[in-house]
Amino acid sequence: MSHDYQEPESLSAVPIMVNHLPRLPRRTVFKWFVAVATALKLGDASVFGAEPLPSVPPVSATGYGGDPRLNQAYSPGEVWPLTLNRTQRAAATALADVILPADNLGPAASEVHVIDFVDEWVSAPYAAQRLDREIMLPGLDWLDAEADKRFQRVFAELAPEQQQAICDDICFEPAAAADFKTAARFFSRFRSLAAAAYYATPPGWEAIGYVGNQPSSSYEGPPQEVLTRLGVEQTV
Amino acid sequence: MLTIKADEATKDYDVIIVGSGAGGGQMAFTLTLAGIKCLMLEAGRAYDPVTETPMFQRRDQAPLLGNATPDKEFGFHDATVDGGWQMEPEPYTQASDKPEEQFWWWRARMLGGRTNHWGRISLRNGPYDFKPRSRDGYGLDWPVDYHEIEPYYTKVEQLIGVYGDNHGLENTPDSPAGVLQPPPKGRAGELLAQKHGKTLGIPIVPIHRAVLTQKLDADRLPAVLFPGNNWAQKIVGDAMRARSACFWATPCGRGCSTGANYQSTTVHLPPALATGNLDIVANAHVREVLVGADGKATGVSFIDKTTGKDVQVNAKAVVLAASSGETVRIMLNSKSPLFPDGLANSSGLVGKYIMDTVGTSLQGQIPALENLPPYNEDGAGGSHFYAPWWLYKDAAKLGFPRGYHIEMGATRGMPGGGNPLPDDLGAGAYGSRYKQEARRYYGSFMGFACRGEMIPNDNCFAELDPSVTDKWGIPVLRWHWKWAEHEQRMCDHAEQTFKELIETMGGTVRGVTTARNRIEPGGKIIHEVGGAIMGSDRNTSVCNGYNQTWDVKNLFLVDGTPFPSNADKNPTLTIMAMAWRAGDYLVDQSKKGLL
Repeated sequence: MSHDYQEPESLSAVPIMVNHLPRLPRRTVFKWFVAVATALKLGDASVFGAEPLPSVPPVSATGYGGDPRLNQAYSPGEVWPLTLNRTQRAAATALADVILPADNLGPAASEVHVIDFVDEWVSAPYAAQRLDREIMLPGLDWLDAEADKRFQRVFAELAPEQQQAICDDICFEPAAAADFKTAARFFSRFRSLAAAAYYATPPGWEAIGYVGNQPSSSYEGPPQEVLTRLGVEQTV
Repeated sequence: MLTIKADEATKDYDVIIVGSGAGGGQMAFTLTLAGIKCLMLEAGRAYDPVTETPMFQRRDQAPLLGNATPDKEFGFHDATVDGGWQMEPEPYTQASDKPEEQFWWWRARMLGGRTNHWGRISLRNGPYDFKPRSRDGYGLDWPVDYHEIEPYYTKVEQLIGVYGDNHGLENTPDSPAGVLQPPPKGRAGELLAQKHGKTLGIPIVPIHRAVLTQKLDADRLPAVLFPGNNWAQKIVGDAMRARSACFWATPCGRGCSTGANYQSTTVHLPPALATGNLDIVANAHVREVLVGADGKATGVSFIDKTTGKDVQVNAKAVVLAASSGETVRIMLNSKSPLFPDGLANSSGLVGKYIMDTVGTSLQGQIPALENLPPYNEDGAGGSHFYAPWWLYKDAAKLGFPRGYHIEMGATRGMPGGGNPLPDDLGAGAYGSRYKQEARRYYGSFMGFACRGEMIPNDNCFAELDPSVTDKWGIPVLRWHWKWAEHEQRMCDHAEQTFKELIETMGGTVRGVTTARNRIEPGGKIIHEVGGAIMGSDRNTSVCNGYNQTWDVKNLFLVDGTPFPSNADKNPTLTIMAMAWRAGDYLVDQSKKGLL
């Protein structure tokens, strides 16, 4: 933006860092592969060789180009095909609802179709999203494998406290045990993406406290209650 | 917006204008309303903000939640189409492999150019800004002073509509009474910063932006701008009536379908077209300016991108307003026996002294802004407050001679598209605790950005690449860049200042930089100016104080190229003021038969 300083349109958010995504070192991807292979009881990972990750089929779609129609509402799947399989979608839907459940602040992630946006994201043809694909797809596979290892069911079919038991081990990377560090990176990334989608929807706006995107004949600024709390006066 | 095909551009044109942004738009407006027949060439496609602008579209209605991609580098809803940091048909090269010695070149390829998405910040240069060398010995003076340009700043502000107010601050000019539109109310974070800025001596005041906070006075202003000219008054009045006041939603970077902010395509071009004196050809990629045996410009040769064919158009004068880099490229590619080193380049200075704005920023988290009762902060679709440079008196002891202003990002904007709760703050939160924490922290992050003056130096220039050409075989630019110590020190100071401000507000700085990576790369702020500087001596400048090249008197440069300095004030308003003045001069010279 010419570049008068403007935060991303989402002023509150830490951007998803599309252009500056730390590049996942190949060895990390390989560790993933080992973790997934181990969890899936596939034996010695090395038999599969290095890359590409067998669980991460590439996407073949193209981007929307430099001149897409802008004043139009798009839905996930409309611009490029979605690629998560049923198993992955089930795991992702369940995980998103654990992270963003229905409560007094608003509906569950699944009610606002968060998973469609996650699917669109990991199915996108751009480099940054492809890196996420390499985290997300093995991560979702790992989630089911871990659920199976602990509770003999896929993640989506676990009881809430069982899902929580797994999430508690991976929800915060600095506190995660060594074995769960990689899964914790996946969890952090998934949480970011699910929240990015959830809060982009009108129910998400209400949940976070955004008021706007509506025309008005005047702009009144913060109400007195806000000014009083901050100890400031309106100076314009 | 109405354009014609390349092969329809057959009229007997007086002036060809290359570029349709702030400079080209203003020139077309000024000339056509003076009865001059103009042909405008735009390298990108035709564009109509009325029908194409995404107004009210939500992030969940855009691919990838509206996030930036290589196809849309400022996000899906950003107004710019067919442009960006890189464009495959039109590459550019760097002389150095070192990232800090490279130039980021943003280009728009659409009618209206960068004005469709710009931040609308419209600051006047002050008296010091025209005479920087005389004040401190660095850089270059302009051949004009503030008083010569002031009437044009006023006219531009009256035409485009700029909100803000007057504070009588040093080198931060007031506008005449009644010229500015009322500034919008301060938002929570801006008011909090203003209060705490005071204790640090930082004056945080309403910024000036080209957004209509009320409708333009179409019954009064046209007569002020065009006294005694009923025809021009009617056209300008009708154009003013067609623009709405801001309805306080939708970010300005998307453009504005109701014309509530300035973009060339809603403000300059409609009245220019209404005169009947303007034809616009889009997809016209200019190869060179043509010259006659007498050394005067005779026309322009361009590629019609829709057919790939070379087309030639003729006129009595040529105006380049293609952006600093592109104007330089056209001039250097316009080689002929009379001008073997490029057009109007007897000084050897075409391409030299290119500048950008010094940029760095810092974000803070402010506990006082947590959990505020929800209220609407969309406002005028951009910033409401800023801090003009306040330490003119301290230049000697600061270690850098020029100033910066502070822009700030307020807080409760449209969410989504990013993680609202950084991992370190959430400490692993998920479930309802995550949602509570996201709501608590939403609106509590503020960013502060330095926008500072760069002093022109010998290491920052553009030249033709000896081997690389674009899709049409035309040599491309090769960039050279090196920030000087002044700019690095300015960024050190700015970061320290932002840290103090954030901490005075009770907040915590988020993100740290190491000593020398805090300055944004050259070009990143997209305030590219210079490259064909104006001056009072034809041996040390490319054009005179009327944007007229010394060597070719019917060639004018009305984008940022003639800037011999780049004040911290964002350049667009000055580009327009200088272009209007150059247009008046061109009309006058033409009447006297001097072109």
